[in-house]
Amino acid sequence: MIKTLVQIVVVVALIMLGAVIGTRYASDNRATVVGDNARFAAANNAGGALTQSVGGSATGRVLEVRDGESIQAAVAEAGPGDVIRVYPGVYNETVYIDKDDLVLGGVIQSGAWPVLDGEKTLNDAILYSGNDITIENLHIQHYKGNAIMGQAGNNFLIRNNLIIDTGVYGIFPEFGTNGLITHNVLSEIEDAAIYVGMSDNIHVTSNEVFNNVAGIEIENTRHSIVENNYVHDNTGGVLIFITPGLPIKTTYDNIVRNNFIVNNNTPNFGAEGSIVAGIPAGTGILNMAADRTTIEGNVITGNKVIGILITDHMNAPNLTLDPEAEPNSDEIAILNNLMWGNGGDTIAEIKALKALSMVDDDVDILNVGTSTGSCILDHDRYPTVGLGDFGTCGFTTTADVVTYLLPEPAERREITADEMGKRAYYGICAGCHAYNVKMIGPPTQIIQALYMDDPQGIVDYITDPVKKRDDYPEMPPQNYLSEDVRRAAAEYLLTVTQ
Amino acid sequence: MSKRLQSNVNLALVVVFLLSAAVAAADFRLRDYCPPGFELTAGNACILHTLYDNYDSLQNAGVGGLKSALPPVRDGFSPQQIDLGRYLFFDPVLSGDNSMSCASCHHPALAFTDGRGRSIGMTGDATRRAAPSLWNVAFLQRFFWDARADSLESQMTEPLYSPLEMGSNPTKLLRDLGQNDAYVGLFRQAFPAGEGPPTLDQLYTAIAAFETSLISLNSRYDQYAHGYHEALTDDEIAGLNIFRSFVARCAECHTPPLFTNQQIAVIGVQEPDGLPFDAGAGDTSDNPTWRGGFRVPSLRNVAMTPPYMHSGTFDSLRDATEFYTLGRGHALPDEEKQRMILHWHIWEPDLGSAEVDLLVAFLGTLTDQAFLPDIPDAVPSGLRPVGTAPAGLNSLATGNRE
Repeated sequence: MIKTLVQIVVVVALIMLGAVIGTRYASDNRATVVGDNARFAAANNAGGALTQSVGGSATGRVLEVRDGESIQAAVAEAGPGDVIRVYPGVYNETVYIDKDDLVLGGVIQSGAWPVLDGEKTLNDAILYSGNDITIENLHIQHYKGNAIMGQAGNNFLIRNNLIIDTGVYGIFPEFGTNGLITHNVLSEIEDAAIYVGMSDNIHVTSNEVFNNVAGIEIENTRHSIVENNYVHDNTGGVLIFITPGLPIKTTYDNIVRNNFIVNNNTPNFGAEGSIVAGIPAGTGILNMAADRTTIEGNVITGNKVIGILITDHMNAPNLTLDPEAEPNSDEIAILNNLMWGNGGDTIAEIKALKALSMVDDDVDILNVGTSTGSCILDHDRYPTVGLGDFGTCGFTTTADVVTYLLPEPAERREITADEMGKRAYYGICAGCHAYNVKMIGPPTQIIQALYMDDPQGIVDYITDPVKKRDDYPEMPPQNYLSEDVRRAAAEYLLTVTQ
Repeated sequence: MSKRLQSNVNLALVVVFLLSAAVAAADFRLRDYCPPGFELTAGNACILHTLYDNYDSLQNAGVGGLKSALPPVRDGFSPQQIDLGRYLFFDPVLSGDNSMSCASCHHPALAFTDGRGRSIGMTGDATRRAAPSLWNVAFLQRFFWDARADSLESQMTEPLYSPLEMGSNPTKLLRDLGQNDAYVGLFRQAFPAGEGPPTLDQLYTAIAAFETSLISLNSRYDQYAHGYHEALTDDEIAGLNIFRSFVARCAECHTPPLFTNQQIAVIGVQEPDGLPFDAGAGDTSDNPTWRGGFRVPSLRNVAMTPPYMHSGTFDSLRDATEFYTLGRGHALPDEEKQRMILHWHIWEPDLGSAEVDLLVAFLGTLTDQAFLPDIPDAVPSGLRPVGTAPAGLNSLATGNRE
């Protein structure tokens, strides 16, 4: 990942050596106290179960799916609050959930799991776009794309799944707010096993990820905690990134704590051109351009290239730069971690930087690039390179931070009937009906005169219209709008005055 | 069209112009109501409402999944400004020789494109790139394929004044509009606070007002997104699932609800035969890693806008779709490939032929022209509305609904 430009840095720096050594490699800023607990101000420390604001409500019916039946058929039948229980068996399908408040859960009997098997021909096992979705107790294997992919679903709960060899990602929520990923086991994923992309308020805890290219990746995401995970034998362990070129441009306020990040030395098998394909095998934690990452209490051992690598966009090769994405890793805080046996067989570029900094020991932590406002709690604890500008952290622990999950589910917006009616009237009805002008359909004024106190009459007509007027085409049915929306639109139409 | 024929047409248009120079101002009156989709406020502003207002989006960026809010919209123009913009948009008086209007390359019957790989301007020569659709430009932050303009007003000055496009100039525009009683009256209706003859800023504002009124959010896909799952066939839903899968990755850049994430992407499409390499945003920014990069276009109404890509490399939507599964950089000469950083989502998804067909079927569900505006029967210059019509249209003025 850092190869090409680290080489450039080395060349430039070596030229400067003998005259002035770059401050990053020679300065000592430990006397400066940097940062305080205010960086955790957005946390939710009210306590209670992490699950309290995520997942399906499970207040509805229970639909059972047994071996030989279709999970998707059950999803199609399900309504808000329902629980789909999938019994042991093998299911070769892609399940998509474009509705809210559903639990899709496996039933494990005597050690037998329900298995979703893509047989290396299906793209994804589960796609969801709805809010308040729970996915649990499933064994998912042999897909080409993802095991579980979410697009803009909020309040998701993904737990207790076995995910093996499911293509590019294992668990991949994108554009989601408020989600918990817990107690999953993921392996043999060719990019990130758990990949949180462009999301807010996320908690990733108690997962085991191994033999993947990347273990856990937090990308263009704010306010997450990654804790208590066992991250071993991947190419890279935990990645905190701003990936440039995405529509959401920031990553900040993420905590990586109390994880085992061990022996992540597996040869890189990422796809050509993917960003993770550049990660050197042997990387524990990699922070690229993300701000206000706090790293505490991790056991980081046996990662042969580096324990923690902090870099910016300029030092990553083959990356398309984005003028709207701030490229530096700023306000990083490294609190106390157990680091041991990292950097023992590192890459040539890091060896050169060590030589430049006159460090002989194996290095636990390396910073390349400008990092402003960053700190380390105990400068003497780890062999480091490039941390000369780091101050001493003005805070010692994240222990008081419970979670960034929201106390209440996200987007339970109350939409009034009037708002709904207005949006449907202008968004749809107004394509054919203007207030007092003839368009494709008769003017709203004429409809108002006909149905003055009878919105239900309008609802009935637009649900199943018949041709009424010789000088207008027949109206197409509006039954694709729910009964509530049709009623709201009818009531709103009767109030329009211009 | 041969140059000679073109100049004859131009001559004929000039004659028409002279004959009808006395178009009565009274023949034109601007609408006092908003286009479909917009509510008229007490302050005489048109405000857009859509069912997508029911939803939020992460960081208010207007990207997400099915039930995600749109990006911030540019609205609030008056009905009169929008309607004046409509007359201007279709009036060939805006071009240097009175032959072309905006609609000559952005025709409503072709989803506001011209059906060409590269547009043809006043001289009859091809320009460098394709005319993009104008549907939903109210939600866009940047304009042109290489994203070099950040407002519709600054964008439109280029085609208006480029000798290769409409070939006009500010002096001619101010003279023609200022000497036309009908236009002077219409500008006074649209800009009641102004005094004196029409100004260029008013012209740009009015055209931007019209362009931002072109809203297309009522496709069958939208019905599905809002919860009516019967709106799509099983094949179309299968296509949607491929579209959003992380194998095909279409939705990663063509992100709902607008079907663009509005970013620059370097995808490595080849130029049509014989055309030189186009560096796109690499030439118009100081970012060398954007070499070969172009703005991700919205896919709404995409089935109506062949040919595809910035210079029309692909005649069919199927070919354009298939491009993405033929391998990373497969279409580039080696030396160009070395000089470009292809987008990380360009890879080898290894889609089957049937999957490409399903994707195309899904893309067809993004068609919606319910809010198609009327082409005026006459424009204040007295010239024939639209002027030179784009290829593929049989007559100079079609698609008029009134």
